[in-house]
Amino acid sequence: MDFTTFLIQILNALQYGLLLFLVASGLTLVFGIMGIINLAHGSFYMIGAYLAFALTSMTGNLMLSIALGIPLAFAFGALLEWLLFAHLYKRDHLEQVLLTYGLILIFEELRSITMGDDVHGVDIPAMFSASIPLSDTLSYPVYRILISVVCLALAGGLWWLMQRTRLGMMIRAGSHDRDMVQSLGIDINLLYRTVFALGVALAALAGMLAAPISSVYPGMGGSVLIISFVIVVIGGIGSVWGALLAALLIGFADTFGKVLVPDLAGLVVYLVMAAVLLWRPEGIFRKG
Amino acid sequence: MNKEHGRTAVRSIVGLVGVAVGAMLPLAAAHAAEKVKVGLMLPYTGTYAALGTAITNGFKQYVAEQGGMLAGREVEYFVVDDESNPAKATENANKLVKRDEVDVLVGTVHSGVALAMAKVARDSKTLMIIPNAGADELTGPLCAPNVFRTSFTNWQPAYAMGKVAAERGHKTAVTLTWKYAAGEQAVNGFADAFKGAGGKVLKQLTLPFPGVEFQPYLTEIASLKPDAVYVFFAGGGAVKFVKDYDAAGLKSSIPLYSSGFLTDGTLGAMGGAGEGLLTALQYADGLDVAKDKDFRSAYAASYKMQPDVYAVQGYDAAQLLKSGLDAVKTGKLEQGAMIKAMESATIDSPRGAFTLSKAHNPVQDIYLRKAEGEENKVVGVAAGKLADPARGCRM
Repeated sequence: MDFTTFLIQILNALQYGLLLFLVASGLTLVFGIMGIINLAHGSFYMIGAYLAFALTSMTGNLMLSIALGIPLAFAFGALLEWLLFAHLYKRDHLEQVLLTYGLILIFEELRSITMGDDVHGVDIPAMFSASIPLSDTLSYPVYRILISVVCLALAGGLWWLMQRTRLGMMIRAGSHDRDMVQSLGIDINLLYRTVFALGVALAALAGMLAAPISSVYPGMGGSVLIISFVIVVIGGIGSVWGALLAALLIGFADTFGKVLVPDLAGLVVYLVMAAVLLWRPEGIFRKG
Repeated sequence: MNKEHGRTAVRSIVGLVGVAVGAMLPLAAAHAAEKVKVGLMLPYTGTYAALGTAITNGFKQYVAEQGGMLAGREVEYFVVDDESNPAKATENANKLVKRDEVDVLVGTVHSGVALAMAKVARDSKTLMIIPNAGADELTGPLCAPNVFRTSFTNWQPAYAMGKVAAERGHKTAVTLTWKYAAGEQAVNGFADAFKGAGGKVLKQLTLPFPGVEFQPYLTEIASLKPDAVYVFFAGGGAVKFVKDYDAAGLKSSIPLYSSGFLTDGTLGAMGGAGEGLLTALQYADGLDVAKDKDFRSAYAASYKMQPDVYAVQGYDAAQLLKSGLDAVKTGKLEQGAMIKAMESATIDSPRGAFTLSKAHNPVQDIYLRKAEGEENKVVGVAAGKLADPARGCRM
């Protein structure tokens, strides 16, 4: 591997890591902070991607579709929380797993009935469709760089929300002791509904942003689910920076795993996870 | 209840049973002589649902053209959704073979499921026709007298593509596919032809199935600078790969070749990124085959959609079954005679007529196609009358 190739691979790793953070960010909130095992996270990602496809075919503009899609996804999340998840906070994890696994099947079937089983594409918005030449044969799409920037902004925004705002303080307090927060006069139900809806909106946003580069296809949610859990667990449950760091770590492990040990490429990510958990069973950034 | 009443009751029951048996007997006799029981084990849900439906449509299209009968026999269908799930494949196939006692198993799309089905077919000596699954083994090491295929082996289109790549003057190539059986078989087919013509495969890249993060591989391809790239992808992965390859600026500098699954049903989703791609497959748009024109218009009229390669393969499965049934007329379904007739049949396929190899796989023209809009237009024959080498088949 010559030096230029090496640098480009580092760029690939960074970019992939940031994309992974984007995908996992919603799960950081819902699983990491609210403590709900949400297997349907991948489905929300898929719904986002299909939403981007449907709205873009209607409006012809991805940016506008995302602007429309976020409130839709947020409202959808709030509705789901009110209908289903609100009844699960006091139950054990197994029941959450059952419910969210059931949701995966329902969402896949609904997707099949309403949108069919074909593969779809979403066009990259014209202003970001250019590529920057990196070497004589390889160039880098501007849209991927844009996604990286959005991811960094999101990470910062989430951190600010959780650590620097009153809402974040209430959420953190609620995740420690629901009853105490409630007895202090905070509407914990509304609070949780907001956080859950935010988690769904983030997953859908990830799907919408990724739609032009990943294409939109049946079963796409399953592909991001496991890796999202890996990231949240490695990062330390409940930590935004931990998740970001874990996503970057996985991005590097995956990229260089594929290049250096291609026969083990599928395994490298999980070896890294095992190593991190042996070293720090609570994840890199476990918050007390 | 007194005696008299009891006797009357018994008599009427006997009478009723007699009538019922009398009514059933001629029916049962007629069925045993005429019906052929077809077990369709195909995916009707999940990723491959559209393929399963197309195969079923194609099969029924041929039966409809024959007046709703095959060789004068009524066709009774037993349908199982295999969900493309290998874990349930043996159970599903057994359901058709043991419970429904089908005369012929038709399926399926997914190679893992087809391998399990073929085992059931071999063990129970049930006739089987594979209308898609391309695993080389099915007509290779695992070939059997009662197992037939109307589609292709993974090796076939890949070999044809390798031949064309060499003919187009490329000296070096890099291959990329998912690390799974279909991909590896395809890459081997490409390498067989490309090396055979003096080309050199610089590197065979694989990524874990069904991963779609291609960026590291694109970077590696760009640094290896081969004359050509051969890939084997399908579905969502195919769309993403072609888009990424284009966005990385590689499409204009290093020609991309593939088996036809890369661009079948996916060109729309690729936007413009797939335009001009060359692929090889046993079917193409715009074929100059009279049978194809009739088939397409009839299919479009029946199902309100255009047929694809899968519909063709389903159609040909029904044709192959008919040639077997022709051999036994309206008599007993004697398998030996049917197999003999099927082995020597010429199938008048919309893709162009083909015969079967000793291993029961089509000996067929593989077309070179060029992506134009949402169509894969035929530009020529990449490899004529190409037979799979059927390595490991002792038959």
